[in-house]
Amino acid sequence: MAQAESLEYDVLIVGGGGAGLRAAIAVYETDPKMRIAVVSKVYPMRSHTVSAEGGAAAVIKPDDSLDDHAYDTISGADWMCDQDAVEAFVNEAPEEMLQLEHWGCPWSREEDGSVAVRSFGGMKIKRTWFASDKTGFHMLHTLFQTSLQYDPIERYDEWFVTKLLVDDGRCQGVVAIEMATGRVEPILAKSVIISTGGCGKIFPFTTNANIKNGDGMSLAYRAGVPLKDMEFIQYHPTGLPFTGILITEASRSEGGHLLNKDGYRYLQDYDLGTPEAEPVLRSMELGPRDRLSQAFIKEQEKGRTLVGEYGHYVHLDIRHLGEKVINSRLPFVRELCVKYENIDPVKEMIPVRPVIHYVMGGIHTDIDAATPLPGLFSAGEAACVSINGANRLGSNSLTELLVFGARAGKSAVAFAREQGGAGASVSAQVRDEQERLSRLRSGGGSESIAGLRKEMQDTMEEGAGIYRTEASLASSAEKIQQLQERVAKVAISDSSLTFNTELTAAIELSYMLDGAEAIIHSAINRTESRGSHQRTDHPDRDDENFLKHSLAYREQGGPPRMEYHPVVITRWPPGERVYGQKKG
Amino acid sequence: MPTNITLEVLRYMPEDGGAPVFQEYEVPLRSDWVVLDALNHVKDHIDGTLSYRWSCRMGVCGSCGMMVNGEPTLTCAAFLESFAPGPIRVEPLAHFPVIRDLVVEGSDFMTKLKDVKPWVIRKEEKPLSEGEYRQTPEELADFKQYSMCINCMLCYSACPVYGLEPGFTGPAALALAQRYNLDNRDQGNEERMELLSNDEGIWSCTMVGECSEVCPKGVDPAGAIQRYKLAGAADWWKSLITRKSK
Amino acid sequence: MDSSSEYSLHHPKWHRHRTPIFWWVKRWVYICFIGREMTSVAVAYCAVLLTMVYRALQSGPEAYAALMSLLSHPAIIVLHVFALLAVLYHSITWFNLSPKAMVFRLGRWRVPDLMISGGNYAAWLLISGVIAWAYATG
Repeated sequence: MAQAESLEYDVLIVGGGGAGLRAAIAVYETDPKMRIAVVSKVYPMRSHTVSAEGGAAAVIKPDDSLDDHAYDTISGADWMCDQDAVEAFVNEAPEEMLQLEHWGCPWSREEDGSVAVRSFGGMKIKRTWFASDKTGFHMLHTLFQTSLQYDPIERYDEWFVTKLLVDDGRCQGVVAIEMATGRVEPILAKSVIISTGGCGKIFPFTTNANIKNGDGMSLAYRAGVPLKDMEFIQYHPTGLPFTGILITEASRSEGGHLLNKDGYRYLQDYDLGTPEAEPVLRSMELGPRDRLSQAFIKEQEKGRTLVGEYGHYVHLDIRHLGEKVINSRLPFVRELCVKYENIDPVKEMIPVRPVIHYVMGGIHTDIDAATPLPGLFSAGEAACVSINGANRLGSNSLTELLVFGARAGKSAVAFAREQGGAGASVSAQVRDEQERLSRLRSGGGSESIAGLRKEMQDTMEEGAGIYRTEASLASSAEKIQQLQERVAKVAISDSSLTFNTELTAAIELSYMLDGAEAIIHSAINRTESRGSHQRTDHPDRDDENFLKHSLAYREQGGPPRMEYHPVVITRWPPGERVYGQKKG
Repeated sequence: MPTNITLEVLRYMPEDGGAPVFQEYEVPLRSDWVVLDALNHVKDHIDGTLSYRWSCRMGVCGSCGMMVNGEPTLTCAAFLESFAPGPIRVEPLAHFPVIRDLVVEGSDFMTKLKDVKPWVIRKEEKPLSEGEYRQTPEELADFKQYSMCINCMLCYSACPVYGLEPGFTGPAALALAQRYNLDNRDQGNEERMELLSNDEGIWSCTMVGECSEVCPKGVDPAGAIQRYKLAGAADWWKSLITRKSK
Repeated sequence: MDSSSEYSLHHPKWHRHRTPIFWWVKRWVYICFIGREMTSVAVAYCAVLLTMVYRALQSGPEAYAALMSLLSHPAIIVLHVFALLAVLYHSITWFNLSPKAMVFRLGRWRVPDLMISGGNYAAWLLISGVIAWAYATG
C-alpha cells in the first residue's frame, strides 16, 4: 500500500474496475515512467465489473464485419449515440479483446482452439466473446492480475474519494479518506481519470452492487462538468425479485422463454416477432432490453403478470433446455437460482422482473475520454462518450471498458506531459474538505440514511421508471429537491475514524441524490420517447427536436441547467428500429 | 416457526482500547434473508455503527466473508433459516488482524497474490496481429477450476497452517499460481517454482484440506497445491539426475 | 501501521487473535487431520521394525528366534495391532488423496479421480495378495 509523505502522481485513476485497470495499464504501456495511482473504495477485484455475466462483443469471425457491429450498436441505441465514437469502438474492440486473451483471460473456446462467440440480444451476428457465464469476473481478475506486474501502478485500496481538486481551470487531484485510519489526504496528479461505474443504486430494484452510487458522476458534476444523457437508464428484463440478481441474457439466447401467468410467450403481442422453437436473433426473447422491459409493464397493466411478495413478476422458463445444456452453458444461472432464490431452473421456472441494470448516461466526454474540464478524463459506465445512446446493447459495455479505458489512459498521459506543479489554492481546498468531513462525522443531524435512501429509490421508481410522464417526473423532482435539503441534516451515530461505513454511506447518499437530480431533469426536458426513455405523454421519437444529447450542469440550490449537444451522424441516418418479423 | 433470530456479532472498536465483545441483535427470521441481509437490517435500522464489507450480494465480489458459527462463510450465501433457531454467531474472518468489528486487514493476502506472479509469462510475445493463442476446450478445462477464485479469503481462515505460520503463501495464492502454470499460454512454471518451492510456499501445506471444503467456488486449492508438490518433487529428481549425468 | 501499540489518531490498533496450541481439538476435521499426521509415527516404526527383522535375519537363526520371541510378547502384539490400524488409516487417506496430486491423460481423455484412487487400491491389494501367497506357499 502506498504510504508516501506527499502523494503526487502523473496520472490518478479513481475506480479500480475494468475501465480503471485498463486505463492504468494503458498509461504504463504508453509511458512506463509515469507515476500512476489507482484509488478505489474497494479492493479492485471487488468492483462491479466482476458481476457481468454474458459477454463482450468484438468482431473476430470471418462472417462478421465492423460495419455490422456498428449498425447493430447504432440502431440499438435508437440513433442517440455518436457514430464517430461507435466506429472507433468497433474498430478497436477486436484488438483490445485479443489483448485480454494474450493476458490470459479464459475465454470459452471452439473445438479447434479459437475463441468461441455466442449470440446476444440486439446483435444480428454471433460476436459475443464469453468466459462461460462469468465473463466480467474473468475479465476483471485478468486485468487486476496483469496490473500487478507493473510496479509504477500504486494502489490506494479502500480509499474513498470525496472531492476533486480543481485549480487554474484544471483538475489536479482528489481528496480521499483512507478507510482503515480515517485520515483525509489530498492525492495530487496532473491528470485524473474517473472510472467509478454507474449509479443503479438510485433505484430500488437493480442488478447493481451496493457500491454503485455514482460517486464519480457526482464528483465531476460538483466540479462543474456536465452529466450527459442521464435520462437513459437501462432496465434488464430478467432480474430476480428482492435481490435484483441478474439472470443473464445468455439464458434467453440459449433458448429460454418468457411466459406470463398463463404460460403464454407474451412478447409476440409487442411487435417482437413470432415464437419459433429455436431462438432467432433480434426476435422475441432476443429483442432489445428496453422493448422487453416495456412489454412487461404492458402485461402488468393487462393483469397478466404474477404477483409475489416483492410485486409483479413473470416466468423465465429454461427447463426444456435440459440439465446437460444448462450445466454446460449456463452453470452460473443455475448456481444463482439455487443459492439465492432456492429454485432449481432445471425443474422450475425462474421468477423475473425488469431491474435497473445500466446507466447509458454519465460524465460528458469526447471520443478521447476527455471531459470539458482540462485534466479530467472518464471511461466506463461513469462516462458517456457516447456509444450506448438511448439503449445499450448487451455485451457492448465490457468491451467499452477496454476500448475507452485504454483511450483514457493514453489521453491522460498526453495531458500529464504538458503540466507543471499543483496550483496555489489546492491546499486551502484540502483544508476546507478536511473540516467539512470532520463536521459531518461529528453528527448532530436527525435524518436516517436508510430512510432517505428508501424515499429516494421509491420516488425514482414511481416517477422515472420504465414509463414516465411530465406529472410523474415533476413530482419526483420536487421530492428529490426536498431530499437534498434533508440529506444535509443526516444523522451519523458513528464518530469513529476507523472504517466508518456510516460516514461513507451518508456521502454515497448525497452522491446518489446528485445523480437522481440529473436523471429527473434530463427526463423532464426530453419530451419525446426514445430507447429506454419512454414518455407516455410524448410517445413518439422526435428527431427534429431531440436528436441531441442532454447536458445537465449543476446549479447551486436549484435544478440543473440543461444544455444540448449535437449527435454525431457519420454514415447511418436515423431509421426505424425494427425487430422480429419485420426485419429485411 | 419463530419470527425472530438472534445475531451475536463480535464488535471491536480500536478507539475504545478494549478487547472485542459480542453484541446481540434481534432480526426478523425471513426465509429469503441471508446473514448479510440481517447485518444490513442491523446497520439500517438498529445500529449504524456496525462496520462490515459487502457489495454484490451474489457470491462473486468476495467482500462479505465472515465466520458464521465458527465456519468461514460468505454471508451473502448463508440463509438465516439454515441456522434456526439460532443464535447465529458472526465474527470477523479468523487468522487475519481485525481493523474494526467484522472488517479484517487484507493487505497480507494482497501481497501474497502478487508474490506468485499471477500473470501470463512468455518467453516470446505473439503479436496481436497474429490473433489469439489457440487453446482447446480440454486445455481450458485443465486450469479453469483454479481460475474461479473470487479472493474471498475464506480458505486462509480455514487453514490452520496460515493461522500458525502467517508467512505461508496460502491456499488461494498457490492455486492461482497453478492456474497460470497449467494455462498452455503461460511459460512461467520455472520462475514460479523457484519462488514457491520452499518452506513458506508449497511445502508448508500439510494437506489439512479444509481450504477446499470452505471454498464457495469449488476451486480446490488443496488439490492444486498437491499437484504443485508433485511437480516440485519431479523437478527436484530431474535436477538431481541431470546434475549427476553431467 | 503497528498492531501492538495503543490506538492513536490515524494509527489504528489491530486486534490479533493468537492461535492456541490445542486449536485442533475444536473441530472434528482438525482432529482427524492431527490423527493422520500422528499415524506417520506408526509408519516410521514399521520401517524401523523391518530393518530390525532384516538385521536379525542377517545375524543368524539365534538372533532371529530371539527377536521373534520378543515380538510375540502380548504387549508388543497390542502395539502392533494399533500400528496396523494407524498404517491402514494412513494408507487409505493417502490413496484417497492421490487423485488430487495426480492428473493422468490418455489422449484428450482425462482419467477420472475414482480410477486413479481405484488403481492405487488395486495395486495395494495385488501386492498384498502376492506377499500373502508367497508366505502361504513358502
